[in-house]
Amino acid sequence: MSEKRPWDQVVLDTLKQNEVRLVPYVPDKVLGSLITKLHADPAFTTFPTAREEEAVGIVSGGWMGGVRGAVLMQTSGFATLANALASLAVPYQIPLIMFVSERGTLGEFNFGQALVCRTMRPVLDSLAIEHHTITDIDALEFIVDRSIKQAVATQAAVTFILSPLLTGGKVFAA
Amino acid sequence: MQDRITAANTKTMNRFELTSRLVKRLDEQTAVVAGIGNTNFDLWAAGRRPANFYMLGSMGLAFPIALGVALAQPQRKVIALEGDGSLLMQLGCLTTIAMLSPKNLTLIAFDNGIYQITGGQKTPAQSGADIVAVARGAGLAGSAWAADEADFDGLIEAALASGKPTLIAARIDSEAARATTHRDPVQIRERFMVGLGVRTAM
Repeated sequence: MSEKRPWDQVVLDTLKQNEVRLVPYVPDKVLGSLITKLHADPAFTTFPTAREEEAVGIVSGGWMGGVRGAVLMQTSGFATLANALASLAVPYQIPLIMFVSERGTLGEFNFGQALVCRTMRPVLDSLAIEHHTITDIDALEFIVDRSIKQAVATQAAVTFILSPLLTGGKVFAA
Repeated sequence: MQDRITAANTKTMNRFELTSRLVKRLDEQTAVVAGIGNTNFDLWAAGRRPANFYMLGSMGLAFPIALGVALAQPQRKVIALEGDGSLLMQLGCLTTIAMLSPKNLTLIAFDNGIYQITGGQKTPAQSGADIVAVARGAGLAGSAWAADEADFDGLIEAALASGKPTLIAARIDSEAARATTHRDPVQIRERFMVGLGVRTAM
């Protein structure tokens, strides 16, 4: 069954199974199909925010209020988050769940995206935030399901970096 | 209650006094989320409540955190306290709050026009921006300036009863907070979750 589902459906189903309900995002083309499916599913409260930090604040408040959440963003958006991670999610021990659609690699056409991508893993590593780069749809459910459970159980943030190998990425249109 | 869009003719008040007045009127169930620096220090100084959250960093995220609490617990009233400089860091969140329009969220902005904790430098908004007009422009239609302390009380009462998110702004002086929050993030978060009924005390 699972190999027949596209990656976005696997993510949605796994979020639902793990009672993740609050899903704010800053839009991204690669995440577009997932965002559309989340909006169409009444199990989720999903909406755009003006900035990724804002979405981190919202799911942090949501979790303290008893509702699990996840934030969707692209690589450049993650780069705006160092302060919110270092002063909110990590020290308050909030199981912040982040999905980052990876740009800047495997066919990137924008030099700025390629550069900002290189800041992502060092920031995560410097704060000892668990992260997984997911390239294979067969491993997707296992990684997301287990890691959400671990995040909640250990009250620690986790980041899922969705590789172009999984999603197809964004290709140069011109 | 007047329909007050500009800060003109509003009294310059004191953050600790206003916060104390607010806290005295609240029942135990109402959640209060307070932003970085003097804003949460004065909430701390006004007396500990189980449903208080004190932000020790992440400047600008008091309103988003409060929004998350309000969405998670729609039956609970949630009040967010923020400074003007912090709000300027995250003005976009006003549009998110207006879009979602939670019935149980009230926003309070303390405006002294300065970055008080870093030495009193003027904010860029001080030269003429009006945060109530900004909030209204973002879609929070009922937002208003508090003319004086009694008006502040009345506006909060009305906002809590209105079923719509509203921003109430108060012009305040530059007096420092009366105390300093105990900076233990895990303890703050855990106590808040106990206050919200999500956890039981250990």
